[in-house]
Amino acid sequence: MPAEEFHEWLRREGRIVIVGASLAGLRAAETLRAEGFTGSLTLIGDEPYEPYDRPPLSKAVLLGKASPERTELPRRREIDATWRLGVAATGLDLAAKRVRLADGDEVPYDRLLIATGVRARPWPKEDEAQLDGVFVLRTRDDGVRLHRRLNASPRRVFVIGAGFTGSEIASACRERGIAVTVAERADAPLVGALGGVVGAVAADMHRENGVDLRTGVMVTGLEGDSSGRVRAAHLSDGGVVETDVVIVSLGATRNTDWLEGSGLGAGPRGIACDAGCRAFDFRGIVTDDVYVAGDVARSPHALFGYQFLSLEHWGNAVAQAEVAAHNMISAGADRRPHLWVPAFWSSQFGVNIKSVGVPSMGDEIMITQGSLAERRFVGVYGHQGRVIAAVSFDNTRWLEFYQRQIELGAPFPVEYPTVDRRPEGRKPVPADFPDPSLPTHGPTVILSGYSPADRRLVFTPGRH
Amino acid sequence: MRLVVDLNKCQGYAQCAFLAPDVFTMHGEESLVYDPRPEKEHRERVTRAVAACPVRAITADGLRDAPAGAGQEASDAR
Repeated sequence: MPAEEFHEWLRREGRIVIVGASLAGLRAAETLRAEGFTGSLTLIGDEPYEPYDRPPLSKAVLLGKASPERTELPRRREIDATWRLGVAATGLDLAAKRVRLADGDEVPYDRLLIATGVRARPWPKEDEAQLDGVFVLRTRDDGVRLHRRLNASPRRVFVIGAGFTGSEIASACRERGIAVTVAERADAPLVGALGGVVGAVAADMHRENGVDLRTGVMVTGLEGDSSGRVRAAHLSDGGVVETDVVIVSLGATRNTDWLEGSGLGAGPRGIACDAGCRAFDFRGIVTDDVYVAGDVARSPHALFGYQFLSLEHWGNAVAQAEVAAHNMISAGADRRPHLWVPAFWSSQFGVNIKSVGVPSMGDEIMITQGSLAERRFVGVYGHQGRVIAAVSFDNTRWLEFYQRQIELGAPFPVEYPTVDRRPEGRKPVPADFPDPSLPTHGPTVILSGYSPADRRLVFTPGRH
Repeated sequence: MRLVVDLNKCQGYAQCAFLAPDVFTMHGEESLVYDPRPEKEHRERVTRAVAACPVRAITADGLRDAPAGAGQEASDAR
């Protein structure tokens, strides 16, 4: 069948299966229908809930301003889909074009979209992770459990890892008057994502808001009492912190295990796909019927040296899902590349933190607006003489400008005069990122090299 | 009624917090906190907030009476 005829048939009566029923899966389904796909559509999700929004779980929900059970995503349109919720996909047969489900069913497809996202990395010592009072926060169920426990007035909450989620949790606890200790292996919070210069500001924010912040330490063990409830956390500096709630915020693991042996180029850093969201197989050959979107995808980006980027970003899930859905039902020349500029936000200690570009690629940072001391500033990151990223603390309206600078490959250090440049902004300083070979919990943008067939990297969290 | 705010787009103009203060509140100078599942009684105010957002960052469904399950697009979130 000629390509055009095939795509016409596909749009009319093809079978599209989406594995992953969260933000990316839902927006892809809506885009398919909006673009005229009238065939059968199946959404498969391992959680028994309709698509819900996750960011509120560590913010509005913990502050008591939203219910963990009521963050369902609004629908842009009717999608007329078959929902298979509460049943995980367990395997993929690329040759037969079938997805295997945990209940033994097999679902055939003409086009497949994989949007299985990530899951919270659990505490590596299993017996300790099982203790009552030890939580992770990623899913709605996690949110419900944690919400309930925080409402029971714990004496102290202990957060392992000061990435974005860990910092947001600490912030919400402090706002509710709960005592919090945060343990971070690096020298400051957020350093994996934003570097040491900005991390120092984040550390001040923690401490000023009454967080007992311990940096440069590792948690060596969690101790339970005789009834199996967590009682204390032990630190590498010999410290012991008594606590009744431990929240493990050590970042996320890609949900690619179910693809093992499938022949796709899937591994612990995600599923490699081309700029058009088509998945690579393990030989580095692009498929044409399997697409990837959202947190589980790794895709090359022209602005960042064509390195594969893995992005744990809400906006990327939406944008990539739209491109993937469009390309799934379009012939060659009508396809679009996914060239979204990474962007994310976080809200903690009453400060709005936003970023565009890839800060962790930056060698140097220059404060171009405001000042670090005031916690209201824009920092611009430079890499090899050009602007690669920007971060704002309570200064979001500038970011659009910097996004354009990144897209244009504007020179760094920036030369334009700014309206309120302060002394610290006159020269770039090292951005002070930790050694990239050390896995950290919270870069949210992961530069994952050039190999489309990355299956061998095994990430082993540090055993203590 | 379900809603979500694209906080990449949100620039803290606070129009929503002014028009539907029971649903949207500013947290600090420019962070927005909102209830993603407001009660029906707020529908009219949320509709106005969606329309008033200068950067069109709010997507909501169920803003008008509609057959169950048929969400409407209040913002195309692009």
